[in-house]
Amino acid sequence: MTSLTGTVALARFIVRRDRIRILLWIVPIVVLVALTVVGIEGLFPDQAALDQTAAATQHNAAAIAFNGPAQGLDTVGGQVAFQFGAPGMVLVGLMSIFMLGRLTRGEEEAGRLEVVRSLPVGIHANTLAAVLTVAAMDLVVGVSTAAVLVAQGLPPAGSVVFGVSFALVGLFSGAVALLVAQVTESTRVVYGVGGAMLGLAFVLRAIGDIGDGTISWLSPIGVAQKARPFADERWWPFLLLVVVTVILVAAAVTLAVRRDLGAGLFAPRPGPPLAAPSLGHPIGLAVRLQRGSIVGWGAAVLVFATAYGWIGPTVDAFIGQNKALAELLAGGEGGNLTDLYFATSIRVLALIATGFAIQSALRVRGEESSMRADLVLATPVSRWRFAWSHLAVAYAGSVVMLTIAGLGAGLTYGVAGGGMAGVPRLLGAALVYAPAMWIMVGLAMALDGFTPRLVGASWVLLLACVVVGFLGVVLGLPRWLQDLSPFQRVPELPAASLDLLPLGVMTAIAAGLTLAGLVGLRRRDIGRV
Amino acid sequence: MPNRPLLHDTPGIPARCDDGGVPVAIAIAGLTKRFGSTRALDGLDLTVLTGEVHGFLGPNGSGKTTTIRVLLGLLRADAGRAELLGMDPWRDAVEVHRRLAYVPGEVSLWPNLTGGEVIDLFGRLRHDLDRRRRDDLLQRFQLDPTKKTGAYSKGNRQKVALVAALASDAELLLLDEPTSGLDPLMEAVFQDCIREAKAQGRTVLLSSHILAEVEALCDRLSIIRLGRTVEEGTLDELRHLTRTSIMAETERPAQGLAGLDGIHDLETDGTHVRFEVDTTDLDAAIRRLGELGIRSLVSHPPTLEELFLRHYGDELAKEPERVDRERDTAPSPPR
Repeated sequence: MTSLTGTVALARFIVRRDRIRILLWIVPIVVLVALTVVGIEGLFPDQAALDQTAAATQHNAAAIAFNGPAQGLDTVGGQVAFQFGAPGMVLVGLMSIFMLGRLTRGEEEAGRLEVVRSLPVGIHANTLAAVLTVAAMDLVVGVSTAAVLVAQGLPPAGSVVFGVSFALVGLFSGAVALLVAQVTESTRVVYGVGGAMLGLAFVLRAIGDIGDGTISWLSPIGVAQKARPFADERWWPFLLLVVVTVILVAAAVTLAVRRDLGAGLFAPRPGPPLAAPSLGHPIGLAVRLQRGSIVGWGAAVLVFATAYGWIGPTVDAFIGQNKALAELLAGGEGGNLTDLYFATSIRVLALIATGFAIQSALRVRGEESSMRADLVLATPVSRWRFAWSHLAVAYAGSVVMLTIAGLGAGLTYGVAGGGMAGVPRLLGAALVYAPAMWIMVGLAMALDGFTPRLVGASWVLLLACVVVGFLGVVLGLPRWLQDLSPFQRVPELPAASLDLLPLGVMTAIAAGLTLAGLVGLRRRDIGRV
Repeated sequence: MPNRPLLHDTPGIPARCDDGGVPVAIAIAGLTKRFGSTRALDGLDLTVLTGEVHGFLGPNGSGKTTTIRVLLGLLRADAGRAELLGMDPWRDAVEVHRRLAYVPGEVSLWPNLTGGEVIDLFGRLRHDLDRRRRDDLLQRFQLDPTKKTGAYSKGNRQKVALVAALASDAELLLLDEPTSGLDPLMEAVFQDCIREAKAQGRTVLLSSHILAEVEALCDRLSIIRLGRTVEEGTLDELRHLTRTSIMAETERPAQGLAGLDGIHDLETDGTHVRFEVDTTDLDAAIRRLGELGIRSLVSHPPTLEELFLRHYGDELAKEPERVDRERDTAPSPPR
């Protein structure tokens, strides 16, 4: 097998080079598993509390839509699987997609693979080394998760099934990324398609779980949950995941053999010889460069929004008045369950849309570290205008994303039987998240202005907001810590009333952070470092 | 042979044009730039006169790109003075950039845009897009403007930046190894374009590794090393500092040359002799050959390449010594 010569050396090199990154993915996931167990034990201290919540959740379509099928909810293990199963699998999936995309197509796009290939290294060695590394990461997450659960006194059978579901969803996601990496020339597309796949998996299982569970079989997350950890475990659903993963890998290998290094499956088409009139000023350039990302994220938000809108009327039909659950859903003071459901849905949509906002704001840094900013800044375009052109897309794009979220959810809810009066309410509920998103844009710009090497921390901050938003109550995080997330400060329309003060304060903070970042950018050197 | 700065005997004193009255496009004096504990520029001086093509030479890592990035206002100098077109490159960046165009050595472009789109974009950002000149240059450089820049080779990406710069009205061109990816045919086109730019009265700072190109194009040149200017002047002036190669056949066995001043690498084989001689001692050496009776004589001035190699050959030999000295005297970087 000369095509695999050098695999071990390359794998060792990858682990050496990315050791920090690898730990930054694995450790937080395992720690969150452990914290979830502690949180659940605090939230439901005795069997009576567990029985009560189990009975109520059976009838809570909203909770089922966000978490998964109600199974084994009268046990601590079942609750852990319910609360952290779907988010945990999404995290492991993201880990696999980002690592694999980076190690395969990313290396190729950067031209580094060319150097490696010129060495006495087999043509598939780098790919196999990347696959082995990511597979090992998935296995470590799975084994550690199971070990942590067993160590905290949960039944071993359920713990192992839960750990295996993490590992297999990770492997499946990695296989999707591997396949896409053969088809496209752009690493960004690998991340985009991988993320879309996870989003679709999350939405499909939500729709399936609300119904009779059939549609959930189309989702890797849904299939993993069919293994019923802590609720009469069964192993055969895993077989489905393994088979599909193997097929995906085989398809990727077939494609990899056929194509040239650096190329995708499709040759790039020629484009216009002259620039459109809009491509004549920095904003026009920023919009043009971010067009694909706006469409991609917009589509993702729309898919989620329509799914949540479509589920909406079902929430009316289910009956649930459990106070603890109401708090769990919205962290609020009770109220209409449908309103609470939509408040949570809109928050999820806003957090997804913030992914776009951060990616858009980080363009400022991306243009700089790719040295493309040099060429723009050597024309009579000030640093201020250069940075602002991308930030303007981030600011305005945030509003566009929220509009898609509100209209998408509202219209689908109306069509599905909830009534069109929900449209303006949900649109308003979405738009109030704009200042919180702008704060994240401002944070990214401030990092860029003062510690450009650490701009990647913007994603960590978003992930922290997601964890606080989804699991803050379950994890029993202290109130002050939760309140650090701007998303926790947004009035939860339509379940709460509109309060303009926090919105004004947040807008001011966002403006201040952005301004500070711009000042920092104007004072420092431009370059890769 | 000790290397003396040519135009400015005291380092740190601003370089001055000796032609009297010729305005200066770029004036750099004592420029210093540190990256952490590395000293990229260490008191660099550079004077570029308006309307000249100025060669900027130095080995890899000597600070050429850093100098140009300071001139573009992308980097802030730690010490020293830099002025271009009479303005401060950092403070007046936008004003300065209205009047200059830049071609980097490593051109990275947006892979999804076509070459034509990128050229138009730069032209419009500079507000001086001239469609006729642009199309003419595209043809001369044989660049396909419909191709996405992601599909271009290094040379073709460089052509995009060159066409964008040459199609502009910029009075100053900052070119950082602009031809490192071009083939010989395109190199010729480039040289024609630079001569035309000079004829139009434009000023060109040309950083380059291709000595033939510098020899062919440049009125004056500066050689830098370790972030410092070591030579500045016209090619003729620089040649004066160096040696001429002599090959001769004499009637009588060539003797008595070894005793003369300024003779190097002397090889005698009966009546055949070859040696190198310092330009200042050329007269005495030729007189001596005349006394011996010259049958044939070949002499040639040093090529820039020889000049360059000798310069760095000498310097590299002294390298460890110099580094040691610096380590002793330089204040240790803060930890």
